[in-house]
Amino acid sequence: MTGTAVDYIWLAPALALLGFVLNGTLALARPKAKTLVSIIGAGVLLAAFAVAIAVFSAFAGLHTEEAFVFRYWSWIPVGTLQIDFAFQIDQLSLVMLLVVTGVGSLIHLFSIGYMKEDPGYARYFAYLNLFVFFMLVLVLGASFPVMFVGWEGVGLCSYLLIGFWFTEEANANAGRKAFIMNRIGDFGFMVAMFMIFWATGSLDFGAVFTHAPNALAAGGKTVTLITLFLFLGCTGKSAQIPLYTWLPDAMAGPTPVSALIHAATMVTAGVYLVARCNLLFAMAPVSSAVVAGVGALTALFAATIALKQWDIKKVLAYSTISQLGYMFLGVGTGAISAGIFHLITHAFFKALLFLGSGSVIYAMHRAYHHTHVHEDAQDMRNMGGLARYMPWTAALMWIATLAIAGVPPLSGFFSKDEILVAAQARGHADVIWLVFWGLAVITALLTAFYMTRLMLYTFHGPNRTGDDGQAHLHEAPWIMTGPLLVLGVLSAAGGVINIPELYHGSAWLHHWLEPITRPSAPLLPEVHLSVGTEWLLVGIAVATAILGIVGAWRLLKPDSLVPARSAPEERGFARVLRNKWYVDEIYDALIVRPLVWFSREVLWQKVDQRVIDGAGVNGAARGARALGWANRWLQTGQVGIYVAVFVVGVLLILWRATS
Amino acid sequence: MLLNPALAISAVLFTLGVLGVLLRRNAIVIFMCVELMLNAVNLTFVALAQNLGVGGQVFVFFVMAVAAAEAAVGLAIILAVYRHKQSVSLQNMNLLKDG
Repeated sequence: MTGTAVDYIWLAPALALLGFVLNGTLALARPKAKTLVSIIGAGVLLAAFAVAIAVFSAFAGLHTEEAFVFRYWSWIPVGTLQIDFAFQIDQLSLVMLLVVTGVGSLIHLFSIGYMKEDPGYARYFAYLNLFVFFMLVLVLGASFPVMFVGWEGVGLCSYLLIGFWFTEEANANAGRKAFIMNRIGDFGFMVAMFMIFWATGSLDFGAVFTHAPNALAAGGKTVTLITLFLFLGCTGKSAQIPLYTWLPDAMAGPTPVSALIHAATMVTAGVYLVARCNLLFAMAPVSSAVVAGVGALTALFAATIALKQWDIKKVLAYSTISQLGYMFLGVGTGAISAGIFHLITHAFFKALLFLGSGSVIYAMHRAYHHTHVHEDAQDMRNMGGLARYMPWTAALMWIATLAIAGVPPLSGFFSKDEILVAAQARGHADVIWLVFWGLAVITALLTAFYMTRLMLYTFHGPNRTGDDGQAHLHEAPWIMTGPLLVLGVLSAAGGVINIPELYHGSAWLHHWLEPITRPSAPLLPEVHLSVGTEWLLVGIAVATAILGIVGAWRLLKPDSLVPARSAPEERGFARVLRNKWYVDEIYDALIVRPLVWFSREVLWQKVDQRVIDGAGVNGAARGARALGWANRWLQTGQVGIYVAVFVVGVLLILWRATS
Repeated sequence: MLLNPALAISAVLFTLGVLGVLLRRNAIVIFMCVELMLNAVNLTFVALAQNLGVGGQVFVFFVMAVAAAEAAVGLAIILAVYRHKQSVSLQNMNLLKDG
C-alpha cells in the first residue's frame, strides 16, 4: 500500500469487467439499447484510461525503482507452490496499461460509429470490454500464471471477435484457426512455466528474477530451453514464423477489432513477455539470437507478402506481422526499451491505419449497399481516388504511412531507427546480428513500398467503385474521424517520448524503463557506436524509407488498374507472393492433412473403433458374459450344496487361521 | 475342571448339527439340526464362562432369545412352503435356479 492513487489500480480491470457484465446482460436482455451500450462500453474504457493516468502520475511522483505488488487473494496454494492473484505495478506494466486503455478508448469510440448498424452491437461491446479486462490482467499480472490467465482470456476474446459474424463459415473458420494456432504457442508457455517453477521454485516475477541468476547457469541448457519455450508462446500470440498464418485470416473480424486486438494490443503481448523476461533472455544468448532472427525473418517474409495483397486489411495484417518482427528483433537484441518504444508507436500508427481502413471500408460498404452492388468492399482494386471523397481519412492515413515507413520526424522513424541501431551495435560483438540488421533494412524498404502502394491504390488515381457508387462515397461521421485525428497526432508526435541523445533528446522512455532492464544489462555485450556511425545509420534508414516511397510512386500506375471483377491473374513471382508463398497450402499438406488422415484412419477407425470400442468396452462385456457362463454350474438351486460349499469355506478359513 | 469334556461334547454336537444340515432332506429335521448347532455354541459359552467371566453366560440368553425368534419365523416359513408344495423336502425347493 502506498497511500496514493497507485492503490486503486484494480479499478482499471474491474471497470472493464463491469462493462462486460453490463453489456453482456444488455446483449441478452435489451439488444436494441444501443445508446446505453455505447455509453457503458466506451465509458468504462475512458474511466479506465483516467485511472491509468492517475496511477501513472502517482507512480511517477513516488520516484521509486521498486515494483509494487498488490496481493488480492491466495489463488493456488499447493505445497511449495503458492500463487497469489496479484497485480504488479512497475514502469513496464504502466506503459502497457496506458497504451491498452488509451488506444483502447479511441477504438471503442470509433466502434460506436462503425458498428452502429450491426444487430450484434451489444454483444460486440461486451466482447470488446472483456478483451480489455483480460489484456489488463495480462499486463498487470505479477506472476506467470496470472499473466497466463490474461494471455488465454485475450485469446478467447480474439476468437469470439474474429468469428463475430459467425453466420459465414469462413469467419468462424478464421476464429478457430486463430484459436488452434495459439494453442500450440500456449503449450510452449506452459512448458516454460513448469520449467521455471522447477528451476527457481517460484512463479512470481519478483522471486523468479531474483533467484534466476543463482538458480540457472547463464547460457546453460535450462535457461535456453525455458526461453525458447516462452518464445514459442510468443510466436503464437504475436504471429511470428512459424505460427503467424492465423493473423491474416483474423481480418475476418470487424475492422476496429483488427485495430485493437490484432494490431495495437494483444499481438504485442509476446513482445511484452520477452521484455518482462529480459533477464532470462539475456542469460540465454542462443535464445536471444533465435528471437531476433525469427523476428527479422518474419519482418522480411511478411513484408514480401504484403507487396502483392489486394485486400486493404490483408496488407495491414502482413504489415503488422512484419512490424511485430521488428519488435522481436529489438527485444531479442537486448534493446528492450527500443522494442517497447516501437510497440507504442506501432500501436498508434497501426491503429490509425486500421481505423482509417475501417473508415474506407465503411464508405465503400455504404456505397455498394445503396447501389445494390455485390462487390468486395475491401479490395483496393475497387477503390481509387478516395482522397477526393474522404480527405480527412486520406490525410491522416498518410501521416501513419509516413510514420510506419520511418520518415523523420514522425514517431515510427525514431522507434525503428533505434532497433536498427541496436542490431547494428550488437553486430560488432556478434556478426550474425549484422545479417539481422540487413534483413531489417530491406524490410524497411519494402514497408515504405507496400504502404505507399496501399495509399496510392486506395486514395489516388481514378475511382473504380463504379459510377453509381461514387455519389455515395463520403467521409465517415465525426465519432469515427475524431479518434483518427487523435491517433494522427500521436503517430506524428509519439516519438517525443524517446528522442535519443543523438538529437539532444532526453530518451525518456529508455530511462523510465531502466529499472526493468538493469538486471540484464551486465549480461549483454557493451558496444558504443561512434556518433558518425549513428548518423550514417540514420542516413541509411531515411534513404531506405524515401527510396521505398519514391520507388512505389514511380513504379506503380494506379491509372492502369482495373476493378477486381475484371482483373487478370498475376503471373510468375507475383503470383507466389499473391498466394502468400503458399505457406497455408504447405501447412495444409504437411501438417493438417496428415493429421486429419491419422486421426480418421488410425485413431478413429483403428484405435477408437477396434481397440477402445472393440477390445475395451465390448471385450469387457464379452468377458463378463463368458465368466458368468462358466460359473453357472455352481448355481444348482440346491440349498444343501450351498451349505456344503459354505461349510467347506468356513473350514478352509479356520484351517488357514489356525495353522 | 470340566472344561475339556464340555468343549468336546460341544464339538460333537456341533458336528452332528452340521452333518444333519448337510445330509438330511426334511426341512424340519434340518431346522432342528440348526438349533442343535446353536445349542452346541451355547454349551461352549457356558463352559468358557467359568474361566473368562460371566459375559458368556449372558450371551447364552441372547442366543436363546434369537433362536426362539428364529424358530417362530422358520416354522412359519416351513408351514408356508408345505401349503404351497405339499412337501417339506428341500429337494423340491430349487426356485433359485432359473429355468
